[in-house]
Amino acid sequence: MKHLLSVDDLSRGDVEDVLDLATSFLAVTKRDIPKVPALRGKTIVSLFFEDSTRTRLSFETAAKRMSADVMTFSVATSSVKKGEGLRDTVGTISAMGIDAVVIRHSSAGAPQRVTEWIDASIINAGDGRHEHPTQALLDIFTITQHRGRDLSGLKVGIIGDVRNSRVARSDAKLLTALGAHVTLIAPPTLLPESVESWGATSSLDLDSVLPELDVVMTLRVQHERDAQSRFPSLREFTKRYGLTLERAARMRPDALVMHPGPMNRGVEIAGAVADGPSSVIDEQVTNGVAVRMAVLWKILGSGGDVV
Amino acid sequence: MAESPQEKNRANAHIAPSEDSSFNDQTPDSGGFSMPAALETLQGVSGPDVLRTRVFSADDLRRAHTRIAHEIVERNKGAGDVVLVGMHSRGPAIAERLASAIKSFEGVEVPVGTLDATFYRDDIGMRPVHPAGPTQVPVDITGRVVVLVDDVLFTGRTIRAALDALTELGRPRCVQLAVLVDRGGRELPIRADYVGRNLPTRLAEDVRVRLLETDDVDEDTIELWGPAELLGDDA
Repeated sequence: MKHLLSVDDLSRGDVEDVLDLATSFLAVTKRDIPKVPALRGKTIVSLFFEDSTRTRLSFETAAKRMSADVMTFSVATSSVKKGEGLRDTVGTISAMGIDAVVIRHSSAGAPQRVTEWIDASIINAGDGRHEHPTQALLDIFTITQHRGRDLSGLKVGIIGDVRNSRVARSDAKLLTALGAHVTLIAPPTLLPESVESWGATSSLDLDSVLPELDVVMTLRVQHERDAQSRFPSLREFTKRYGLTLERAARMRPDALVMHPGPMNRGVEIAGAVADGPSSVIDEQVTNGVAVRMAVLWKILGSGGDVV
Repeated sequence: MAESPQEKNRANAHIAPSEDSSFNDQTPDSGGFSMPAALETLQGVSGPDVLRTRVFSADDLRRAHTRIAHEIVERNKGAGDVVLVGMHSRGPAIAERLASAIKSFEGVEVPVGTLDATFYRDDIGMRPVHPAGPTQVPVDITGRVVVLVDDVLFTGRTIRAALDALTELGRPRCVQLAVLVDRGGRELPIRADYVGRNLPTRLAEDVRVRLLETDDVDEDTIELWGPAELLGDDA
């Protein structure tokens, strides 16, 4: 595997590899010395054109736990402020001799374009409304820890600002590819134009679907895109689509509550539900590091595809 | 997907990238082939590897385990401080057998751990590698005698990686090495403390270990396989 741009790049075997590797790396991260020399001498650049807390830190932690050298590019203090374009920015970084670029950009397809300009491996850490493949992998790793490897027939609901969510797209595509049944639940204005290509079904009524769900995945309302102009008020959104305590009481007792973060507590999810017994939100963050170590190993360490 | 045990054994044994073609060798049906069938293959001119020597039968292997277990206890004047650490993929099964042998004659439960040294190898990125299992050592190894256990010792590079991996788990008083087959061909100054059998081999040959616990077989076997065209030489 040279790049990871989209979940479409992943075969079922690749996903199994990542889950196996993530299990090994999760054990590494829990040791007294949570570090292995696997990627010694490799240089990884994190290139974030959009704000991020957990994804950037998660990738950088993953790289450092594998002994890779990490260069952090922060747009605010770079020559992008002087007007340098994406192509020249990555060209400059590439000329310094690097092995991989972890890129987040507000434009869908930006990571794909970068692969045409430089030789390094490109890992998509979120491009616009398009994809966020490592989030899908870590969500699936978290689900398999609780439900086992066989996801066929698993009922997953993805709730809220689906239209603006690259997480929803990557998760829905990969989960359905693995046999899960995904329902996208949102007001009509926050559903994408065509959900068929995602392999998912859609629903406007959270309350009718919720009691059947094995996994309840809530999404942040993305104010920075145009979400808030698409429904009358946050209060109304919460009333119909928020995962409140009363709603959470109607979930299956063994349902998992997930959220890719960052959360707006009290909007798409109540604080008490996010911190409640069904929540695996903290596990998602912990697993994120192990899964990204697995992805970095598959791209930079394993020396090619394992048959 | 985890690679098959055959591939791992071959991959661990062969280091040089130029040997990659050997990955394509045909592997035999797991166990159970009869001697005449194997001899028939011997008549073949070239092509896939053929059976050259049966190194261990199931009985030989049982005796070797018993002897090595005794040697470990004798060398360390008891088994009280010993921790057996099996290297994936077949080491853990061998370590369990040694532990149960030690328990039977010494009455001591020796802790058994597993180790995967993949992330510590010196050929990362040169060929496909995939960890075969988790590293789990149930006790603190600091101050204890760690006996690393593997099926085949060849170049010594896996053991070097394992020594690095062990260092991150603690500081053993000493580290010893037990292997079922020492096939020679060392590329590093590493030797085994306990050896089932010394078996000098060529690069093109392949030591095939099949164990009840790790391979889909009815009987333990260790065999030496190699290309048919080598047969005329000094085999």
